[in-house]
Amino acid sequence: MVRNITLGQFIPGHSVIHRLDARTKILLLIAYIVFIFCAANYISLLMMTAVSLAVVLATKIKFRLYLKSLKVILLVVLLTGILNIFNGSGRILWELGLIKITEGGINNAIFVTVRIAVLVLISSVLTFTTSPSDLTDALEKILKPLSIFHIKVHEIAMMMTIALRFIPVLLEETDKIMNAQKARGADLESGNIFYRIKALIPILIPLFVSAFRRANDLATAMECRCYNGGVNRTRMKVLCFSGLDLFGLIFSMIIFVGVIVSNLCIPAVVR
Amino acid sequence: MENFIQINDVYFQYEENGKDPSDKYVLNGINLNIDKGEFVAIVGHNGSGKSTLAKHLNSIYLPTTGDVLIDGMNTKDDNKLFAIRKKVGLVLQNPDNQIVAGVVEDDVAFGCENLGIHPREIRKRVYEALEAVDMYEYRKSSPDKLSGGQKQRIAIAGIIAMQPECIVLDEPTAMLDPQGREEVMSTIQKLNREQNITVILITHYMEEAVLADRVIVLDLGTVFFDGTPREVFAQVEPLKKRRLDVPQATELVHYLKGCGYPLPDCVLNEEECVQALLKILKR
Repeated sequence: MVRNITLGQFIPGHSVIHRLDARTKILLLIAYIVFIFCAANYISLLMMTAVSLAVVLATKIKFRLYLKSLKVILLVVLLTGILNIFNGSGRILWELGLIKITEGGINNAIFVTVRIAVLVLISSVLTFTTSPSDLTDALEKILKPLSIFHIKVHEIAMMMTIALRFIPVLLEETDKIMNAQKARGADLESGNIFYRIKALIPILIPLFVSAFRRANDLATAMECRCYNGGVNRTRMKVLCFSGLDLFGLIFSMIIFVGVIVSNLCIPAVVR
Repeated sequence: MENFIQINDVYFQYEENGKDPSDKYVLNGINLNIDKGEFVAIVGHNGSGKSTLAKHLNSIYLPTTGDVLIDGMNTKDDNKLFAIRKKVGLVLQNPDNQIVAGVVEDDVAFGCENLGIHPREIRKRVYEALEAVDMYEYRKSSPDKLSGGQKQRIAIAGIIAMQPECIVLDEPTAMLDPQGREEVMSTIQKLNREQNITVILITHYMEEAVLADRVIVLDLGTVFFDGTPREVFAQVEPLKKRRLDVPQATELVHYLKGCGYPLPDCVLNEEECVQALLKILKR
C-alpha cells in the first residue's frame, strides 16, 4: 500500500532539464508557480500551460509518471473545480432555485483546475529531474544568506537529506510492523474512526523505537566518517551555472514578461 | 611501523546514572598489539565485549582506564580525533542505518566531503572505492534498490574512499543472507591482500574467522585465546565450554580423533577435512 508514491521520486536521465543547475530549477519553479497564479486571462493561462507542457516533454520522462502524480490530487482538483462553478458572478447561464451557474463561475472552475494541474506537473518536473542530494545542496546554497540570522542552514539541509533517505526505509518498516501485528491478531481494518486510530498505537510505538535506534546507529556511522557539522566541508558535485541555465532564465523571463503584458492589455476574466 | 594498534590494559564500563560504579566491567584488562596489514578476526559470544572493543578503536568509546594507541596517537586526545578516524574506519552491522545519502556515489563521497578534500580528488577516490568493492555500475542507484550484501559493500566503499589504514568491521555479515555474506567476505579479503589494509573483523561466524591470519577469542571482557586459526580451533573443548562454536569440519575431525582414528590435530575447512578422511579411508 505504501509503495506507489511517485511524489518526490528522482528519475535519472540526461535531458536538458536534468542538466540544469538545481538552484535554477528551484528558483524558476517558484517563479512559475507565482506566474501561473498571476495569469488572469486565457491568453496568459494558455501561455503558461503550453510552456509547462513543453518543459514536461523536454524532461523525456514517460508521461505516465506525471499522470500518476496528478492522480494523487485528482479528487482535490475535481472538488475545487466543481465548487468553483457555483462561486462566481456575471451572466447567468443556468439557474435552478438557489443554485446558479454563471460565466464567472465557469471561468473560475477552469482556472483553478488548470492552475493546480500545472502546479503539480511543474513541481514533479523538479523532483523527477533533480537528485535528492542536488536538491538539498541547492536549498542550502539558496538559504545560505539566512545564516546571518543564526539559522543553521547546513543542519536543515542535512536533516532533509537524511529524511529523504529514510522515507523508503521507514515505509518498509511500517509495512513489516503492520504485518507482524496482524499476525498477532491486531485488527486494523474494522470499527469506527476512533477505534482505528487507537489500533495504530501498537504500530507507531515500535516504529518510533526503531527510528530512534536507527538514528543512534546513523549518528555513530556519521561520526566514524569524520562528520563535524559541516565545518570545512567540500562537496563532490559542485553546482555551477552554465550557458544552459542562462538560456533557461532568459527564456522564462520572456514568458513572464509576456504574461505581465497580456495581463495589462487584456481584461482579467478571474479575480 | 610495528604495533599499529596498541591496546594497553584497557578496562571499560558503561556509565549508569544513579547506580554506584560497581565492578561490572565490559572490558576487563585487555592487552593487544595489532600490526599493519594483519587480518584479525575477533570472536566471542554475545556480551563478551567484542563490539565494545571495536568502538574503542576509533574513539567512539574511550577506555575507563588504560589506553588505546593508534599509530602512536592516544584515542583520548581530542586534537587527534579526526586523524584517528581517518586512519581507522568502522563499518557497522546494519547496512541500512549507515548510509546517509539517497544516491550510492553521494554516500560514498560523504566521508571525503567531511575531510574537506578537493571535489575532483573526491570523485577519483569514490570511483576507485566503488571499483574496489565491485559496485561501480551501481553508482547512480538508490540504496533502497540494492540487496543487503550490496548495501554493506557500499558502506565499506564509503570507508575506504577515506583511504584509512585499517578497517574495523563490527559483525558486517550478521544481517545478510549467505550470498551477501560471501560477497562481503571476499571484498574484505581482497582489500586486505591487494591494498594491504589492516582488517579487524568482529564476527560470530567461525567459518569467517578461519579466513583470518589471526584469531582473538574474547570472553567476559578478556582475551581468552590469541593465535592463528589453526592454533585456536585446535582447542575444541575449551571453546565449547565458553559457548563458542568451532567450524563443523573441525568439530567432526576432532570427534573422530577422540574415537581413536589417526587424524590431524586441526582442520579448518571442508577441503582439509575431506583430504584427511580420504587418507584413512584409502588405507
